[in-house]
Amino acid sequence: MEGEVAQLALMGKYIGAGLAAIGLGGAGIGVGNIAGNFLAGALRNPSAAPSQTANLFVGIAFAEALGIFSFLIALLLMFAV
Amino acid sequence: MAEGGFAIHPMDQFVVKRWFCHDEPATPLINECTQNIHWYDITNVTVWLAVAVLAITLLMVVGSRGRAVIPTRLQSVGEVIYGFIHKMVEDVAGHDGVKYFPFVMTLFLFILFSNLLGLLPKSFTTTSHVAVTVTLALIVFLFVTLLGLARKGIGFLGMFWVSSAPLALRPVLAIIEVISYFVRPVSHSIRLAGNLMAGHAVMKVFAGFASMAAISPVAIGAVSAIYGLELLVAVVQAYVFTILTCVYLKDAVGDAHH
Repeated sequence: MEGEVAQLALMGKYIGAGLAAIGLGGAGIGVGNIAGNFLAGALRNPSAAPSQTANLFVGIAFAEALGIFSFLIALLLMFAV
Repeated sequence: MAEGGFAIHPMDQFVVKRWFCHDEPATPLINECTQNIHWYDITNVTVWLAVAVLAITLLMVVGSRGRAVIPTRLQSVGEVIYGFIHKMVEDVAGHDGVKYFPFVMTLFLFILFSNLLGLLPKSFTTTSHVAVTVTLALIVFLFVTLLGLARKGIGFLGMFWVSSAPLALRPVLAIIEVISYFVRPVSHSIRLAGNLMAGHAVMKVFAGFASMAAISPVAIGAVSAIYGLELLVAVVQAYVFTILTCVYLKDAVGDAHH
C-alpha cells in the first residue's frame, strides 16, 4: 500500500512536469511573433530597424521569461519535490 | 532522482563540489565532495567566478596598457565592448544614466565572461545557478530602488500611480504595477539562470545520445549545432540582462512621465 502511494506520487510528479513544460510552447509562440513582426516591420522600413533592435531584445526577454517560469516549475517537480 | 538511460546524467554538471577533492563515487549527488560545504570552502563555483574576474582584468588591463592610436587586437576588443555598452546606456537609460555606466559595464562583462567560460569543456557555468544570478539581480533591484528614492524622493512612488489612466482604474493599476515591480528581480535572475541551465542540459542530453552507437553521428552533429546556438545564447542573455538593467535604471534617473 505504501509503495503504491509512492508510485502514484511519482507518476503525478512526472505528469505534472510534462504539463508544466507545455508553457514553453507559449513562450515559443510569443518570441516567434515578436521576431516575425520585427522582420516584417524592418523590411517595410529598413532605415528605422537598427534603432529598434534594443526594443526587439527587451520584448523577446519579457516573452521568454514567462516560458522560463514554467520550465522552472517543471525542473522543481523533477528534482526538488 | 530520475532513472535515465544516459551514461552521463544531464543535470550532473550543475553539482557544486569542493575543488580539492577527488572522490569518484557511484552517485555524483551525495558524496564527500558535495556534503557539508561551508561558505569558506573553495568549490567549482568560486573557482570559475574567480577565473571570470581574472579574465576580465586581463582583457581590460593588458588590453589598455599600450593605449595605442592604432589599437592592438586585444585593445580593440576592449574598445568595441566599451563603446557598445556606453552607447546602450546612453540610448536606453538616457543622458542622466551615463553616470552609472561603470556599474552596467561591470555587470555585462561579468555575466558575459561567466557565460562564455561556462561553455569550455569540463568547466562550470556559474550563471546557471540561481544563487549567483539572484545576487546580481538583487544588487540591481536594491540599487535602482534606493537610487530612485534618493534622486526623486517620494516622487519615485508616482511611478506606480499611472496618471494617464482614468481615475477609477488607477488603484487597480497601482496594485498591478507594485506587483510587477517586485517580480522584477525574480524574472531578471530566473531568465538568465533558466536559459543557461536549459541550454547546457540540452547539450548534455545530446552528448548522452552520442554514447549510443546507432545514433551517435546524428547526435554529434546535433551537439555541435547546439554548441553554436549556446554561444549565441550566452552573448544574448548577457546583453538582455544588461539592457534590462538600463531599462530599470531609466525609472530611477529618467523622467517617468513624458
